Amino acid sequence: MTSPLTPDATEKVEHWAGSAAGGHLLREGVDTSHKVILYLEDISVSFDGFKALNNLSLAIDAGELRCIIGPNGAGKTTMMDVITGKTRPDSGTCFFGQTLDLTRLTEPQIAHLGIGRKFQKPTIFEHHTVFENLELAMKTDKRALASLFAWLSLEGRDRIADTLRLIRLDHEADRPAGLLSHGQKQWLEIGMLLMQEPKLLLLDEPVAGMTDDETERTGELFKSLAGQHSLVVVEHDMAFVEQLGGKVTVLHEGSVLAEGDLATVQADERVIEVYLGR
Amino acid sequence: MRTPLTLRFFTAMPRSGWIALGLFAVLTLVLMPALHLLLPEGHPLHVSNYIITLGGKLMCYAIVAVAMDLIWGYAGILSLGHGLFFALGGYAFGMYLMRQIGRDGSYQSDLPDFMVFLDWKELPWYWAGSDSFLWAVFLVIALPAVVAYVFGYFAFRSRIKGVYFSIITQALTFAAMLLFFRNETGFGGNNGFTDFKRILGYDITSPEMRATLFSLSALTLMFTLLLGRWLTTSKFGRVLAAIRDAESRVMFIGYNPLHYKLFVWVLSAVLCGIAGALYVPQVGIINPGEMSPANSIEIAIWAAVGGRGTLIGPVIGAALVNGFKSFFTVAFPEYWLFFLGALFVGVTLWLPEGVAGLWKRIRSRGTA
Repeated sequence: MTSPLTPDATEKVEHWAGSAAGGHLLREGVDTSHKVILYLEDISVSFDGFKALNNLSLAIDAGELRCIIGPNGAGKTTMMDVITGKTRPDSGTCFFGQTLDLTRLTEPQIAHLGIGRKFQKPTIFEHHTVFENLELAMKTDKRALASLFAWLSLEGRDRIADTLRLIRLDHEADRPAGLLSHGQKQWLEIGMLLMQEPKLLLLDEPVAGMTDDETERTGELFKSLAGQHSLVVVEHDMAFVEQLGGKVTVLHEGSVLAEGDLATVQADERVIEVYLGR
Repeated sequence: MRTPLTLRFFTAMPRSGWIALGLFAVLTLVLMPALHLLLPEGHPLHVSNYIITLGGKLMCYAIVAVAMDLIWGYAGILSLGHGLFFALGGYAFGMYLMRQIGRDGSYQSDLPDFMVFLDWKELPWYWAGSDSFLWAVFLVIALPAVVAYVFGYFAFRSRIKGVYFSIITQALTFAAMLLFFRNETGFGGNNGFTDFKRILGYDITSPEMRATLFSLSALTLMFTLLLGRWLTTSKFGRVLAAIRDAESRVMFIGYNPLHYKLFVWVLSAVLCGIAGALYVPQVGIINPGEMSPANSIEIAIWAAVGGRGTLIGPVIGAALVNGFKSFFTVAFPEYWLFFLGALFVGVTLWLPEGVAGLWKRIRSRGTA
């Protein structure tokens, strides 16, 4: 995972970003030689005067499983928007590894660098089958011309089959995704994320609407992914956060209020005041 | 069993589809031209000029309807300006047809009549090469392609979507219509081009030429349908439908929607241009009325009535609506637009999948 910085990696990305041609495959470009995969520094975003993010600084280690909690409006979703290129920050920097400035790239470019995102509301392609959903997400050349003549290799088919088993949808492969239950849709979206082979996964309330059993299994899956992947999980379900067991960051009014393991954070006076207490 | 994607070209269309296409080919490429050319006019089986021209015209409309389905039904982009691309193709080929008149016009001049009338002494620069058939064919494809590319690039890059996009396309065709109405634009003003005499030196009104244009229209329609089928069953088509249903998800899994939209948008415009070029010699006239907003809206109605996202539906839709139009504009001319509006509302409310959807529903009820 910690691939040494290839000398022309940044150059390649810049060239590619400048060409405005999305969908290219980019070779390993993320440099995690300092053990950190994501740096946010002094990020500020405001919408019509409302400060959604206020000098937010955050660092995620490579292979880490981080939970982000915080009351509504704390800026969790905006933070994900900034990382994935949907929202440009007013100020601050956002680096993927040591070299890649995410604030200058578009959504598809960032996706190709290896950042996958799961939305709060499961967004899957409802009219496509479960199989096709995974096929579309699979890491490959995603340029328009390549898609015209694309054909699914045996390895690709196997990968889809593996993922289908992992997310326990192997019997639903040919059903339209719109017919799945809410929990199954959540799993399908997680499966789509995995098909992208991301290095960093951003998961916005991944267990909302799941049964206890499904939640438990999701937790196991995430824990098994950590190490090889880095995960950032935004969650309200404290039992789930506890199950994941990683470091917890509390956001409040657009910046970090506290950081540490769940017990420490829960004991923090300020956290109790703004979030857990009244 | 999931078949490899490129083989889907053959399996995606059920066998009945291929049989229908074969029958259509025999009918339009062999049977109707033969009955038109070989039988004497009084013969009961003779296919008249009127039928051949009407059929050719309808097939041109059908091509436009399928082109509309590609962008609206599959990519979710509603254009209310597709008449513009149709007219551009028509005008591009019309310039050639005007030059083919030669000195047989009313003024016996080398220049087209309307230029003599305006007292112009020579052809404007953009008419250069218009006497060449190959240049005309090139323009028929290139003109709509360039206009669609430039417009589409800026619109899609700025992420203009939905009703805003539709309104801008409507404004685009309206602006073009006003431009073409002006005599100074050099395309015959509100009269447009007419009185065509020849194509490649052959009489344009001869039965052979009519049959040729008819068969060419049929070939183009079949080509359009096959291309559409291939495109929409490829991975490209699935990405397109995904963009229609959840564009942000598509971006976050690494596709750039711009190129996908732009490709299908330009392709759709080019197909309309070709349809326009086939249409003009068959009806014998092209004027700025083809660019009127109402015409473009009608194209969208063809697709909606026939059934979006089905390819074959819009072909039926174009034929049905034009059939109604022929009847209504003769029987109750003042009520045609009311009927068209009511048809659109009715289809949207009760038949969201159009005639093709109705057919599917009847069939599934039959088997259930």
